[in-house]
Amino acid sequence: MEWRWDFTFEILPRMLWATGNTLLAAAVGYLIAVVMGLVFLLAQRTKFAAVNLVTREIVEFIRSTPLIVQLFFVYFVAPQFGIVLSAWTAAMLTIGLHFGTYLSEVYRGGLEAVPRGQWEACRALNIGPARAWSRIILPQALPASLPGMGNYLVGIFKDTPMLSTIGVVELMHTANALGAETYRYLEPYTMVGFIFLIISLPTAAALRKLEAFVARSMGIQK
Amino acid sequence: MSYFEFLAEYFPKLAGGAWVTVLQLICSALLAAALSVFFGILRLSRSRVVNGIALVYIEFFRGTSLLVQLFWIYYVLPLFGFTLSSFEAGFVALGLNFGAYGAEIVRGAIQSVPKAQWEATIALNMSPALRMRRIILPQAFPILIPPAANLTVELLKATALVAFITVLDLMFVAKQINATTWLSVQTFGTALIIYYVLARFALTPFLRWLEFLAARKMGRA
Repeated sequence: MEWRWDFTFEILPRMLWATGNTLLAAAVGYLIAVVMGLVFLLAQRTKFAAVNLVTREIVEFIRSTPLIVQLFFVYFVAPQFGIVLSAWTAAMLTIGLHFGTYLSEVYRGGLEAVPRGQWEACRALNIGPARAWSRIILPQALPASLPGMGNYLVGIFKDTPMLSTIGVVELMHTANALGAETYRYLEPYTMVGFIFLIISLPTAAALRKLEAFVARSMGIQK
Repeated sequence: MSYFEFLAEYFPKLAGGAWVTVLQLICSALLAAALSVFFGILRLSRSRVVNGIALVYIEFFRGTSLLVQLFWIYYVLPLFGFTLSSFEAGFVALGLNFGAYGAEIVRGAIQSVPKAQWEATIALNMSPALRMRRIILPQAFPILIPPAANLTVELLKATALVAFITVLDLMFVAKQINATTWLSVQTFGTALIIYYVLARFALTPFLRWLEFLAARKMGRA
């Protein structure tokens, strides 16, 4: 089969429009995941051992099962209880929960990277908890968490094609539709691959730069 | 229909799907392991061309989506006269994708073998092949097992995507049952539990055992 450039340019506008939707899905999903990660982290550090344990198990469960099955679970289960979720809502909710569990582990790793002595020094210097967190602990935990946070941003972006399976009109969904309309699958699928490549590679490189910049501005030499 | 009736009727089907999932996991894990070692070693080559080939493979498969790769291999490759069955296309795409992630793990593990070990092999006039086989790889092995184990759990979860190129795995069977019965909670709930049990009570203990074996071997060496 021959690659047809005229067809490529004909479908390009629709593909680019769908790329916008893909980016939107990744951005919104990531924002929810960043917040959910914090919720999962804090819910494992409460005063109540039972809450911590239950959260821990929920996090373990979400982390060990496939995102795609969770997506179908959320999308098809909610209507059984009389809640109708649009494909977008179900998708954002699932991505937020799934990657939230990953991000909570990233945050935990970042916090654990701050030496115990820093906490003790805060106490010795009579620095209150709010000030200790904002001025001493978080500025040191952030550079340690950034690589993981960046990886999951790219990870969410690369997982968005899964959303096509429940009918979110993003890049993969559009490629499927174009293929069904024209019986040409070569160009749409190949373009999807290249669009992902030309977005994810520079993003990953930019994130590395950002990590180095943050580490430097926090006075941590890499 | 109570949950027990549901299980009595549909569990055998789901278990059949789970078996296909396990087969996909085994085939793709073996392919990914072979590709990881091969490209991981190529990445250490001093030749720019060899290094570049490995880099292109790794960045290409890490930079695009697994689902896109699956569709491409299953639906586009036949247009070039290269037809794979859905099962083959499934594990080949998974293997290629995870091989790219694994190659970076192998490269990192080899590089973390202390430099003095390399120098000693040179001082003892070992050939590059012998050096890799007898000295470097055995020491890199225990280092790479923990991250490789994490990657294998990711691989198990990723196998669910092969359902979308019509491999009759657990996800596919669940979708099918859901489409005929609309018992979504039971169907996808059971599928989630099966994936969880596979990951946590079958795969993870197996990988821990491998880790233990590798550590013990190092202790004896």
